[in-house]
Amino acid sequence: MKSKLMTLALGAVMAAGPAMADLVFPSLSYRTGPYAAGGIPFADGYADYFTLLNERDGGIGGVKTRLLECETGYNTEKGVECYESTKGEGALIYQPLSTGITYQLIPKVTADNIPLHTMGYGRTSAKNGEVFSHVFNYPANYWDGASGVVNYLLEANGGDIKGKKISLVYHNSAYGKEPIRTLEELSKKHGFELVALPVDHPGQEQKSQWLQIRRDRPDYVVMWGWGVMNQVAIQEAANIRYPMENFIGVWWSGAEHDVLSAGDKANGYKAVTFHNVGRDFPVFDDIQKHVVDKGLAAGAGDQIGNVLYNRGMYAAMLAAEAAKTAQEIHGTADITPAMMRDGMEALVIDEAKMSALGMPNFGPSFNVSCENHGGPGLVGVTQWDASSKTWSLISDFKPTDGEVIGQLIAEDSGAYASENNIAPSCK
Amino acid sequence: MPEQLVFAMEVTLNGLMAGVLYALVALGFVLIYKASGIFNYAQGVMALFAAMTLVGIMNGQVPFSHLINAILGTEIHHFGWHLPGIVGIILTVAVMVLFAWMVQQFVMRHLVGQEPIILFMATIGLAYFLEGVSDLMWGSEIKKLDVGLPQGINLLIDETTFNIFGYGFFIDNLDIVATVIAALLVASLVIFSQYTKQGRAMRAVADDHQAALSVGISLNFIWVLVWSVAGFVALVAGIMWGTKSGVQFSLSLIALKALPVLMLGGFTSIPGAIVGGLIIGVGEKLFEFAIGPMVGGATENWFAYVLALLFLVFRPQGLFGEKIIERV
Repeated sequence: MKSKLMTLALGAVMAAGPAMADLVFPSLSYRTGPYAAGGIPFADGYADYFTLLNERDGGIGGVKTRLLECETGYNTEKGVECYESTKGEGALIYQPLSTGITYQLIPKVTADNIPLHTMGYGRTSAKNGEVFSHVFNYPANYWDGASGVVNYLLEANGGDIKGKKISLVYHNSAYGKEPIRTLEELSKKHGFELVALPVDHPGQEQKSQWLQIRRDRPDYVVMWGWGVMNQVAIQEAANIRYPMENFIGVWWSGAEHDVLSAGDKANGYKAVTFHNVGRDFPVFDDIQKHVVDKGLAAGAGDQIGNVLYNRGMYAAMLAAEAAKTAQEIHGTADITPAMMRDGMEALVIDEAKMSALGMPNFGPSFNVSCENHGGPGLVGVTQWDASSKTWSLISDFKPTDGEVIGQLIAEDSGAYASENNIAPSCK
Repeated sequence: MPEQLVFAMEVTLNGLMAGVLYALVALGFVLIYKASGIFNYAQGVMALFAAMTLVGIMNGQVPFSHLINAILGTEIHHFGWHLPGIVGIILTVAVMVLFAWMVQQFVMRHLVGQEPIILFMATIGLAYFLEGVSDLMWGSEIKKLDVGLPQGINLLIDETTFNIFGYGFFIDNLDIVATVIAALLVASLVIFSQYTKQGRAMRAVADDHQAALSVGISLNFIWVLVWSVAGFVALVAGIMWGTKSGVQFSLSLIALKALPVLMLGGFTSIPGAIVGGLIIGVGEKLFEFAIGPMVGGATENWFAYVLALLFLVFRPQGLFGEKIIERV
């Protein structure tokens, strides 16, 4: 009731007030370069959702949205240039889809009072909002991903993976190294043996790593890859006849283009996820009707329902809902980046809201707070069916190991706070 | 036989196979450098462009369809055909010959007599141009390439080595095919340059292009020929690498694997590219196998470039390159 009254009041304010500027949502995308195959569907999903809001709802709270796309090529320097060149336009939120760019932007956005959302990537310890006031990584982070993989393996082995051997094939970069500490802690806790196998950028040549896997015969292989590394790894796994059902990737190694080039041999490969897959959601019908059919889609309109398109659309939806929350909190539709930050910190996502948005069971319910910028860290598992060429959710969104992850987050964010003279607080 | 020795033998064999794939990329560089003194920075992007063109032609994709549709408001994407691999390869070779002619006509012809660094910069520009055109022409998505090449473990080798050593070696069928094709390619190139009129003319231009001009050899024709052959080699490399990973932008980065091979084998020697490739392939794989686990792994690129650096210090012309002697 309170929410409805706020909305009515907001509507009245908007009707009486002067014409307002657009709500600006920059999209630091990469449609070129070695990681374009992943960057394009994400950018398309992000853009199409904002177009849908403009076309169907007249924007957010009656104010049109404006997407500012800037090409980063997944290059950190270009990403920072994009940030500097767009922030003056009244940018409300940045989602750079790159851990490297995220690390560079953290001090900048904090100084400029603009929120940064790094969903499923970036600096994991940013979950601690007492230290990272302007960085959010809900609904899940890398360490949730690592823990989600281990939880799934525990479930598949009746709760006991003691003595099992798990090989981690990872992109030899800051991104790829993220899960190692968590997996090491979890290996101590659950008694499995962890073998880490780095793959150099871009990952076109992985023969050494897969020969070692063939010699070691691990019980499971976990992949932390991005770009061509994913396709080559899945092909090499098929070549050495490694059982695909024992091969599981993080959410950045689980899109259609990662498995399609291996054909039928990729059947059964798994990946963890923090959102649902497929196009069987009413929101996609709306995107088809209001965006694609009107010729307004960011791409060719043929990516709807693909894993990374869905993720881009989900990221845009979370930004739009945070903007609505900010409008309600501050009683104005014409919000500033600082207000947007407040909206993100007070964001509530529940199933009723998701259903109303045309996304029933699309993602987990969660509340954001100052203490917790990372959400609940619920992780599900998807599996690839090569015959129907579809991903399916085979395990519901489940909690990760909060004890281990919480300890690591406290350590890492504490170190960041002391390095940068930040006094952790929630004001 | 000790287990580690058996594993080392398997790693060595795979290193040899990987080396052949590196050599395939290096060959394209050598051909152009040998004939025109140009270090063709665009060779990796040529492999990408050739592979994308092959997939596009085979799948009946309309080139520049996104651009055409955006301008004309049409919805055309496919011609509606699926061509066999061999037809696709023939048509792609024709496209690469056209590309070679355009490079010569619009870029290189205007730069005759310029400093090598200018020519090198021109190929950097060409690389970026071709990269953009490839995306615009065929799209950025990853494409599956299937020209009928076998992939996966070779069962005969697996069984034979298992019977001998008690451990079956993994050798990828695709790597065996690549080795055979590389051998045929090198043999054809040697025969072409030694026994055909155009091949001899190519060598004459490589030795001294002014002397070649004075005996009536057309520089324009020879350079188009050289770029065409390099385009064909790029297509072969693109097919091999593209079959492994799908055709995507990263194919252009395989040039990074060719550089240490060139430094080792020499920029002007076809056998040097092959031997250099094999040394780098075996060396990096054995180093990763023996030393990698002690230092955290991912040593392959590092090792290849350090080995190349050592060669630059002690034998700058490479194993088979022509010795540079400048008299005062």
